[in-house]
Amino acid sequence: MVKEQKAIDKNNAVISIRGLQKAFGNLHVLRGVDLDVYQGENLVVLGRSGTGKSVLIKIISGLLLPDEGEVNVLGQEIAELKNRELMELRLKVGFSFQNSALYDSMTVRQNLEFPLVRNSRGLRRSQINNEVESVLDAVGLLQTIEQMPSELSGGQRKRIGIARTLILRPEIMLYDEPTAGLDPITCIEINHLINEVQQKYKTTSIIITHDLTCAKETGDRIAMLLDGQFAIQGTFDEVFASDDLRVQSFYNYNFTQ
Amino acid sequence: MDPNAENPNIPPQKYFISKKVDDFFFTIYTIYQFILRFFRELFIPPYEFKEIIRQCYEVGVNSLPLISLTGFITGIVFTSQSRPSLANFGATSWIPSLVSIAIVRALAPLVTALIAAGKVGSNMGAELGSMKVTEQIDAMEVSATNPFKFLVVSRIIATTCMIPILVMYTAFVALLGSFLNVHSNEQTSFVMFFSQVFDSLSFLDLFSSSFKSTVFGFTIGVVGCYCGYNSTKGTEGVGKAANSAVVAAMFLIFVEEIVIVSIVNAFR
Repeated sequence: MVKEQKAIDKNNAVISIRGLQKAFGNLHVLRGVDLDVYQGENLVVLGRSGTGKSVLIKIISGLLLPDEGEVNVLGQEIAELKNRELMELRLKVGFSFQNSALYDSMTVRQNLEFPLVRNSRGLRRSQINNEVESVLDAVGLLQTIEQMPSELSGGQRKRIGIARTLILRPEIMLYDEPTAGLDPITCIEINHLINEVQQKYKTTSIIITHDLTCAKETGDRIAMLLDGQFAIQGTFDEVFASDDLRVQSFYNYNFTQ
Repeated sequence: MDPNAENPNIPPQKYFISKKVDDFFFTIYTIYQFILRFFRELFIPPYEFKEIIRQCYEVGVNSLPLISLTGFITGIVFTSQSRPSLANFGATSWIPSLVSIAIVRALAPLVTALIAAGKVGSNMGAELGSMKVTEQIDAMEVSATNPFKFLVVSRIIATTCMIPILVMYTAFVALLGSFLNVHSNEQTSFVMFFSQVFDSLSFLDLFSSSFKSTVFGFTIGVVGCYCGYNSTKGTEGVGKAANSAVVAAMFLIFVEEIVIVSIVNAFR
């Protein structure tokens, strides 16, 4: 599947980050990150393990607080939000976790109902069922509705995790390593799903990965995180045409191993 | 600003006394904050009634078989161990009074609380710890659900409400075990046995037992949830959370027992 080029409105940034810094103890993970993510685009953040990719999206979703810098999501400054306001913002920002983070003690149906019931009180049973079945159908796993997460494969868990996020109809999707630990065929399926979700639900996405195939298939724009800062941004071809040795070695490692 | 400079938001690693002592006081402070947050969230809607009822079932009904067996055996063993000493003074007729006071004042609350600390506390520590390390708690948070209210508040309410009920049940089962022992040795009737039991109990005994059980239940809930909710370091952390939930809860139960008994005895 060849990814079609989209027209991105660069005057409409839904996420805007300036001078973001984050450290854990003496380990400085993010050292002044600047980033704009525009309405409707799929931005892929590439980088080696431990470079702070996941930390970046955890800050965007309000799971972590920045040490310094501005993080503006859908016009709201994350660090300044009160608890109630942060909760409301989170309804618009979906987060798909690396290990899916499905609730072990609940069936697939209950996993999907959980955010819906809590955030749309007053919904009738039939409406809840329709919503659950609709998103499960969108990820192609309607048949697993009564199964427990432990009965699902890694790829299925990823899809269900994405479905649980989609049920709240977010404007922004954050994917943390969507293809990590999956076989190549399932990786391709997940990449297609990310593109389908973007087209069907008109979301803006940030995809955290170190899988270059995933980056190439899903990304409208690539941003490469090196040494706590974005070293280079652009299309896939622009980024890897760079002379930067760190970028080249990343490319070579992925495609020559 | 130079991004490579020392981060001003991270305090330098200096200790007031020593790392261990500082860590101990820091843990006390975080537990205090955890308890404060519980009381704050307790009164703020939405209320998770369904989850509270589910947790009450988990804590209460699922503990019944173990509690029944332990309570029954405690009653029998305590009665048969007391008999020889009382027989020396020809006072075996005092067995029901002695047993009832011992069971209601001390044995039932302690036995129930210790078993609940082992079963329920470790379960909470492991379950929440596992949810923490597999990012399930983060997943709740990003789906605009308050995980503290859903997971912690409901569990602490459940243990605080169910442990006193379990204690009453344990006391009844232990007295039943005691009655069977007394009946088989002294041919005492059921009515005679229980009238002696109730004659020897005062309101203060029942009140202190209920109060103590409520405190024990709250402690088991807080410690189990605190250890699980704050667990780190992957699967190793889950094991540690379950273990420390049991050890800390048992230790605190004994400390509380001593304190409450001292206070109640001052009123006796």
